[in-house]
Amino acid sequence: MTTGEKRIGAAANFVDERIGAAGWVKKSLNKVFPDHWSFMLGEVCMYSFIILLISGTFLTFWFDPSQREVIYNGVYEPLQGIEMSAAYASTLDISFEVRGGLLMRQIHHWAALIFMAAIVAHLLRVFFTGAFRKPREFNWILGILLVTLGLVEGLFGYSLPDDLLSGTGMRITSAIIQAIPLVGTYISFFLFGGEFPGVGFIPRIFTLHVLLIPGIFLAVITIHVMLVWYQKHTQFAGPGKTEKNVVGHPILPVYMAKAGGFFFIVFGITAFLGAVASINPVWLFGPYTPGQISAGSQPDWYMGWLDGLVRMAPPWETHAFGHTVSWNILIPALIVPGILFTGMALYPFIESWITGDKREHHLLDRPRNVPNRTALGVMSITFVLITLINGGNDILAVAFDLSINQIMWFSRISVFVLPPLAFIITKRLCLSLQRADRDLVLHGKETGRLVRMPSGEFVEVHEPISAEKRWILTSHEQPAALEIEMVDARGVKRPGTLKNKLRVRMSKAHAVAVPKVTAAELKEIEHH
Amino acid sequence: MSTVSNEIESIEDPGTPAHVARAADLNPRSEKRAEQQVAILFALSGVGSLLLIYSYIFIPDDIFIFIPVMGNQNAHQLGLGIGMAMSLFFLGMAAIHWAKTLMPETEVVNHRHEFRSSDEDRAEFVKTVKDGVAGVQLGRRKLIKRSLAVSMGLFALPPVLLLRDLGPLPKKLLETTNWKSGTRLVTDPGDRPILASDLEVGSVVQVLPAIEGHSEDSEHHERPLKDIAKDPVLLIRLRPEEFNLTPEKLAMTHEGIIAFSKICSHMGCAVALYEQQTKHLLCPCHQSTFDVTRGAKVIFGPAARPLPQLDITVDAEGYLIARAPFNESVGPSYWERNSQ
Repeated sequence: MTTGEKRIGAAANFVDERIGAAGWVKKSLNKVFPDHWSFMLGEVCMYSFIILLISGTFLTFWFDPSQREVIYNGVYEPLQGIEMSAAYASTLDISFEVRGGLLMRQIHHWAALIFMAAIVAHLLRVFFTGAFRKPREFNWILGILLVTLGLVEGLFGYSLPDDLLSGTGMRITSAIIQAIPLVGTYISFFLFGGEFPGVGFIPRIFTLHVLLIPGIFLAVITIHVMLVWYQKHTQFAGPGKTEKNVVGHPILPVYMAKAGGFFFIVFGITAFLGAVASINPVWLFGPYTPGQISAGSQPDWYMGWLDGLVRMAPPWETHAFGHTVSWNILIPALIVPGILFTGMALYPFIESWITGDKREHHLLDRPRNVPNRTALGVMSITFVLITLINGGNDILAVAFDLSINQIMWFSRISVFVLPPLAFIITKRLCLSLQRADRDLVLHGKETGRLVRMPSGEFVEVHEPISAEKRWILTSHEQPAALEIEMVDARGVKRPGTLKNKLRVRMSKAHAVAVPKVTAAELKEIEHH
Repeated sequence: MSTVSNEIESIEDPGTPAHVARAADLNPRSEKRAEQQVAILFALSGVGSLLLIYSYIFIPDDIFIFIPVMGNQNAHQLGLGIGMAMSLFFLGMAAIHWAKTLMPETEVVNHRHEFRSSDEDRAEFVKTVKDGVAGVQLGRRKLIKRSLAVSMGLFALPPVLLLRDLGPLPKKLLETTNWKSGTRLVTDPGDRPILASDLEVGSVVQVLPAIEGHSEDSEHHERPLKDIAKDPVLLIRLRPEEFNLTPEKLAMTHEGIIAFSKICSHMGCAVALYEQQTKHLLCPCHQSTFDVTRGAKVIFGPAARPLPQLDITVDAEGYLIARAPFNESVGPSYWERNSQ
């Protein structure tokens, strides 16, 4: 034994004799992680969160979260002598007088954009591959919680500098809160410490942004990752992979080296963006004052779809009995997002209710093999994209010389028309892809080699595909639609007929598929 | 309910594919090369760290260098950023290249077990819980049960109450502005009163209410931001015949000069864009469009109410003043707002 080994041994002994770590650490180190590029998306989320913690801590050393009015006399000449909040002034100081401050600010903002983008990409991966199915419904719901928290955390974060752009965002936030019936005005007054913009807002969202929400984030992310660890990662279908096993690299050394290395790569790319790509140059916007505004006011991308929804809302308000209800704010800013996020959180249970499938699933679906779910996903993406486009309608109108009214009407109509259309088209595409898979298994792949037959006819030579590929294309299940007896044995109608009818109908739609190739079919074609 | 079709005819699973050795596993020269590549990547990371240190200490922050595509860039900022990016990125690349080329990469198979606990465990669990609950004797001790319910209900109130001092109660604050009968309209910025005769047809001026007891020559004064969130007014002069107003609204104008709250009736943004040709006011936040000639009627976008109009006239010296306060709340709607 070398001295190094002896020392490590002594340290390990010290720990193990006190907490008995060897047993469970050994078990954890034997965990196996399957490899697929799409499994990195969740890692990007976690790594950008760590980058946010590091860069954010750096920023708090100089940031002054206060709405106290100061006269700026820093190095940035265009704003010298101007009245502004201490929050804005200290943001200017971080940008111009702290070495590396601007870099850290830009890294922090880029990391936030990457964090949200990675969360959305990860969520879509989990959705389209069916990774949310039993037993992983808890983790799906935690994920929905994380994306919701991310929206709020991001909004608070870019509001902290108290510049003209973010102040306008806060004005809109306060209007949304005020629109809540009965309690809205009170919540707004308490949150802002009085009439908008109040005096308490910046210090309060600072505490929420750097302490409370990151604390919740840390707790939820820990549970999220521990559940992945405990339940073991899902895997794509492939030769030798079953519902009963998990095939991949052990945590030591390959997975650890790859994951650790990948953290530094994500950090490096974020730092590169922070170095060369200017983001949120608050010194150009000026300090916030409610009487001014900058044209082309845009939120960060993950809030853009909500802003787009608000923009396209019809001008509806109800006035009755001395009270006002602003449907033009409530519907787009609270009701529609509320329905969307609730629906997302409940989706695993809705799908399992439709299919009647209560089994555990560890093998991932290829999106084409579950056309209904895939179509629903594409439908939702289409909806969000249209609202996002409308959120930038002023920018688009200027860039492409279009009429803003036309873009708005396009969005208002297509937000109802295009998502269902996307559903139908996606479903058709999935079925076509299933058909293509079927052809590939039966007839092999096209080689591009043309052969002239003795009869003078030209045919293309097809090459049979490998046994592995054939397995990947045919190993999925094709569940039949649910059948529910509407009347019992004595011919009496069962209760809940309407619900059951709906369930049977949806189940039928969910089960539509091109029959996959069976062993018998393959054998038959091989004989020819 | 049947859920799964019979899988009798599925094609056979060919089983885990055989491990394919990498170049570095077979060829000592490839192995050597891979080792060198990893070392070079680590070295590049070190170069990045040194670049960061050099930029931090030696490059002043007022030097700009021209870089194609990106234009003029601050050398200090760029050196710091590129140095940091290199030091991190290549560290990661080195670790991954090392793992992929040299570390043992045979795949391992773990087995899964159903998560459901065994029936014995479940039964024992239920028994433990039942015994525990029985020990509490809530069913028998009605008095404790009721007093517990009452105290838990009361217990929930203090945390809510403790947040009461976060801010004042709304009262009538949202209904009031600093516009009173006789308040002079002063320019923003500048705080100068405005002679009606000085306003030309087609001009637009942003105004605020004059602060009482404030003389024209004092430079600084206190105007809380919460007032600037409600008080701003846009003054627009058209030819009187261009108006298409109800008699009451027409009476609130003065010789073609009309005044509207600048705070959007939708979500409170500043309605800052005025189109001379069409005489439309546009809010940059959500594109609500208001027609000035028709009393800021909403002609497009999500806003549901016209911008509140301020009743204006002139005083004895010919300066514009408010004849009356706003007769409705300015800014976005809220539950208590009486919009009748």
